[in-house]
Amino acid sequence: MSAQADNRIPVRDADGAEPLLQIRGLKKRFSLSGDFLDQLRFKKGRLVRHQEHVHAINGVNLDIARGEALCVVGESGCGKSTVARTVMGLLSPSEGEIHYDGARIDHLSSRKLLPYRKRMQMIFQNPYASLNPRMTIQQTLEEPLRLHHPEWSRAQVIDKVTTVMQSVGIDPDWGKRFGHEFSGGQRQRIAIARALAVDPEFIVADEPISALDVSIQAQVLNLLMDAQRERHLTYLFITHDLAVVEHFGTRVAVMYLGTVCEVATTATLFDKPRHPYTQALLSAIPRLKDDRPQHIRLSGEVPTPVNLPSGCVFHGRCPHANARCKQEIPALVTQTDGTRVACHGVEEGRL
Amino acid sequence: MALLEVSQLDVRFALRQGEVRALRDVSFTLDRGERLGIVGESGAGKSVAAFSLLNLISRPGFIAGGRIVFDGQTLNTLSERKLRKVRGNRISMIFQDPMMTLNPVLSIGEQMVECLKAHRRISSKAARAIALDKLRQVQIPSPEKRLDQYPHELSGGMRQRIIIAIALLLDPDIIIADEPTTALDVTIQAEIMALLLDLCEQHNVGLILITHDLGVVSQVTQRMLVMYAGRVIEQGPTREIINDPQHPYTQGLLNALPQMATPGEKLNQIRGSMPSLAKLPSGCAFHPRCDFMTRQSGEPRAACIEQVPGFVGTGSCRVACHMVAEMLEDRRLKEETP
Repeated sequence: MSAQADNRIPVRDADGAEPLLQIRGLKKRFSLSGDFLDQLRFKKGRLVRHQEHVHAINGVNLDIARGEALCVVGESGCGKSTVARTVMGLLSPSEGEIHYDGARIDHLSSRKLLPYRKRMQMIFQNPYASLNPRMTIQQTLEEPLRLHHPEWSRAQVIDKVTTVMQSVGIDPDWGKRFGHEFSGGQRQRIAIARALAVDPEFIVADEPISALDVSIQAQVLNLLMDAQRERHLTYLFITHDLAVVEHFGTRVAVMYLGTVCEVATTATLFDKPRHPYTQALLSAIPRLKDDRPQHIRLSGEVPTPVNLPSGCVFHGRCPHANARCKQEIPALVTQTDGTRVACHGVEEGRL
Repeated sequence: MALLEVSQLDVRFALRQGEVRALRDVSFTLDRGERLGIVGESGAGKSVAAFSLLNLISRPGFIAGGRIVFDGQTLNTLSERKLRKVRGNRISMIFQDPMMTLNPVLSIGEQMVECLKAHRRISSKAARAIALDKLRQVQIPSPEKRLDQYPHELSGGMRQRIIIAIALLLDPDIIIADEPTTALDVTIQAEIMALLLDLCEQHNVGLILITHDLGVVSQVTQRMLVMYAGRVIEQGPTREIINDPQHPYTQGLLNALPQMATPGEKLNQIRGSMPSLAKLPSGCAFHPRCDFMTRQSGEPRAACIEQVPGFVGTGSCRVACHMVAEMLEDRRLKEETP
């Protein structure tokens, strides 16, 4: 089965180069039942332990090649942010492995993870929450440098902070100010500066522009693209905005209810979406040019991740679902053009 | 006469640091059954404009001038008692966050019946029947069951459908929707917008749609206003503005959208950010960010810094920009001197 074949490590891509990041069989469950005593219930006179979980990610396999921008899209609750946080080691996976540059990192202690933290940095969604309100911008930017380069002299640190501030378009004189004195766009620039300060090679950006206004979104997106060109960065970019994906991403992974349903290069995905969910998602983008697009209406809403549907997680809303979809979980199958789709309908050739 | 006429609306907030003028000289009209979009970035004043129509501005904010005439009545001078007969009845409102709008301790049915009874002399039974009918119209699955459910039992999309049903309860003439789909996912957003559009068309209800999403405006509305720093800077038929924006800010806003650029290339950004309303630049509020402030000959246009631009007409669109005014004037002179 191809899903199992995907679990081999390391997998080399077409050019024989090893991907920078490999995610294998990743699962993450969050307990809803509290601690041990909360889990105890009386049922028919007996004490039973009752546990419930949110199944945030259910077996995700993804590779990220050096220099690419992999976008993960999906609606709220599909597990895209959980993937980002698990990759960064902010959450530990319930099952599965994460390999960075050939080495497994998901089970490392925080001390052993430190050298990797320098190489991979994260940008968060809300620049109002991700900057410490009690630190000046200078302190905020110096902190990662002091942590990762304890041997640097004070002059070296200050010099680096100045360079990185200039590179993201903030005036180095602003260093004495605090985060609340800046607008959303400027704060996000500072957050980006902090991520870039330690010269990482890999950046996880979790909805970095969603909290910003349209004209500011363009500025920040341009900044991220410039940084990628100048520093040869690799991005894992989490977003729900498909227009941004089309512009920014090299490849796209579409997630639904904790599983990846389609992975393709950006051009292929927007040109020829295969998975019924991807098709519905793309048809829902409000376009400027056409008056009323043919919007594929999905019935119902996303089911709860507490009790996952059997079979394909999308079958309840899929217009093409049949008996097999209700029972068997589809595996990500590679198509002739390299697109990988998890759908029985596509596999059988009826879609 | 238009159903709703807003002229020279002026809204201010008396703050400790001094008076902040949130809206200046905002004028527009809405015909029966017409759909109008108000777009702008955060802080442009679009929500204040919507709220002030029903006098929902509370202290320290106040309407300092202008007139809001709805069906012959001047709303901004109406007593609170009389205004209440319009509010929710003939003009209803849909807010951004459906969880904040619904009362968490009342069932959906109770909230709907309460609203009907406040405006009409009607028995509870009849009110419930109307509520049920409206829930059917917004295509909620098993509507009978929903009447006895509480807001927390419903998903975001379902709650927003209920809000739309409540907005439609008293068969209003106008619905004001303030970012109705911003809190929702794309697929749900598309469904809710399609539903709102269908219902407005079916019942000939006017819609004022406040949003920052130009894609939504372009699909739903017939006319649009673009706001910047408390003023309307461009207004006209939606299609014309989207296809051929005149004001440099509108152009910048549209060009900044990723769907307008070639994938992978730099987006056309507008430099800087919107000024704070407390510290507005002189003249045209957009001039510090505007690329057209200097003429092609290289000399800067003094008017942009000194004078607030008035509206000039280009076809059915009206634009507040010195550069556009100058271009039109040049064209007129050329036509006069053959």
